[in-house]
Amino acid sequence: MITLTHVCKTYKVSKRDAGFSSAFKALFHKEYEYVTALDDVSFTISDGEMVGYIGPNGAGKSSTIKILSGILTPEKGTCLINGLIPWKNRIEHVKNIGVVFGQRTQLWWDVPVLDSFELLKEIYRIDGHAYRQNLEQLSEMLNLSGLLKMPVRQLSLGQRMRCEIAASLLHSPKILFLDEPTIGLDAVSKLAVRDFVLKLNKEKNTTVILTTHDMQDIEALTNRIILIGKGRLLLDGTINDIKDGYDSTEEALAAFYRRHNI
Amino acid sequence: MKLYGKFFMIHLKSIMEYKTSFILTCIGQFLVSFNVFLGMYFMFQRFSNVEGFTYNEVLLCFGITLMEFSLAESFARGFDNFPSIIKSGEFDRIMVRPRNEILQVLGSRVEFSRIGRILQAVVMFCYGFAVSGIQWTWGKIITVIFMLIGGTAVFSGLFLIYASICFFTLEGLEFMNIFTDGAKEYGKYPVSIYGRTVFWLCTFVVPYALIQYYPLLSLLGRGKPSYSLLPLAACLFLVPCLFLWKMGVRHYGSAGS
Repeated sequence: MITLTHVCKTYKVSKRDAGFSSAFKALFHKEYEYVTALDDVSFTISDGEMVGYIGPNGAGKSSTIKILSGILTPEKGTCLINGLIPWKNRIEHVKNIGVVFGQRTQLWWDVPVLDSFELLKEIYRIDGHAYRQNLEQLSEMLNLSGLLKMPVRQLSLGQRMRCEIAASLLHSPKILFLDEPTIGLDAVSKLAVRDFVLKLNKEKNTTVILTTHDMQDIEALTNRIILIGKGRLLLDGTINDIKDGYDSTEEALAAFYRRHNI
Repeated sequence: MKLYGKFFMIHLKSIMEYKTSFILTCIGQFLVSFNVFLGMYFMFQRFSNVEGFTYNEVLLCFGITLMEFSLAESFARGFDNFPSIIKSGEFDRIMVRPRNEILQVLGSRVEFSRIGRILQAVVMFCYGFAVSGIQWTWGKIITVIFMLIGGTAVFSGLFLIYASICFFTLEGLEFMNIFTDGAKEYGKYPVSIYGRTVFWLCTFVVPYALIQYYPLLSLLGRGKPSYSLLPLAACLFLVPCLFLWKMGVRHYGSAGS
């Protein structure tokens, strides 16, 4: 169970005009601007739910994920995940979550995938039996058998993404955060990832929170969507709530963004 | 500790993918530090002592300081790359893993090319021992061990401060090198030769004197025996460093999407 109540987060950003003279001025007097990333966001997600978390670039999606996973500390508001406050009980909390950042890798670049997995086993203190079982199951579901012995730097993006997902599930987390998991993937890999996430949710009842810009991901995976823009919660409902007569979800979403001026 | 071992192994495996580069850096590192030794040697050809310390005594001091620094460096140099860990967002990954952050940062980089420098430190250390002309007793050997512990702690603390500052700003961190690499260079000579102000700073602000000057006196039989314990007091330096780190983690703002 995830509850987020009245969470606010602002960033302090230094700003200056382009050019040398303003760079020089900034040496002595720096101007800061406060950017609101999240403004009074609240929602509840129950166990085993699959939720699409969407919004335009810079809406605060990643900030939310980072707060939920204990990376960032918000200024205001509270967040309780299975009874723990992520940024206060960080170590306890992160044992139960898996995080996939689509644009970053968590595998060690120069060594075979299996070596990375072994290290993760150590980091999460997974016992040998559970580790072997999980690995077997994941490599079957994600079709990894041929990849495990290759160095990560030689994998294609799609292959790597499958390994990334496996890596974040080795410790059988109860909640999985997927931050743009299908970014840059070809059609086949995308479908493979989607299928897998569906199966995972059905078989292990893992709660999945997914951020993406790909509406097909959302349509294929989630019933519920949470939409934010400029740090505010705009919609918590189903995909039909934004469809609003449009045929394509993409267009409907764009119209929605325009209407809310975000 | 077991986890650190695992990290160590994975870096070893990575390094083995690029063999030549590894060997060349080792040799390079060794030669650079060896120059420092030559510099000292030639200087003492002209002056036979500095502020009451003979060449051999200074050599012992240098050997020990270099050893302390090398130990700290091979452990704690993960912090050296910390700005890039922050910039690339790699720290996010560290935060979502259920282990101590410091341990993970240390494990994120293991510099095998430092082996060259460690080797050189070991050579200097042994040479300094051999020529110092000290009657070695158990008490003195323990003093040296204390010096190594205290010194490694102080230098590690400095690396930790360096890393903590990264949470607040990523610019202008070069000045920290004055305290780390600079200290290693100045540490060649007992800190008392640099004048009163520096000596005072080195006692109460960053406790170099506690890991070097005072125990050295005790080793040479010129100071009080209690001076031998001062390096352990220097370990307290880690406390404010850890505090600063904790503050930094809370302040962490992450990067990008």
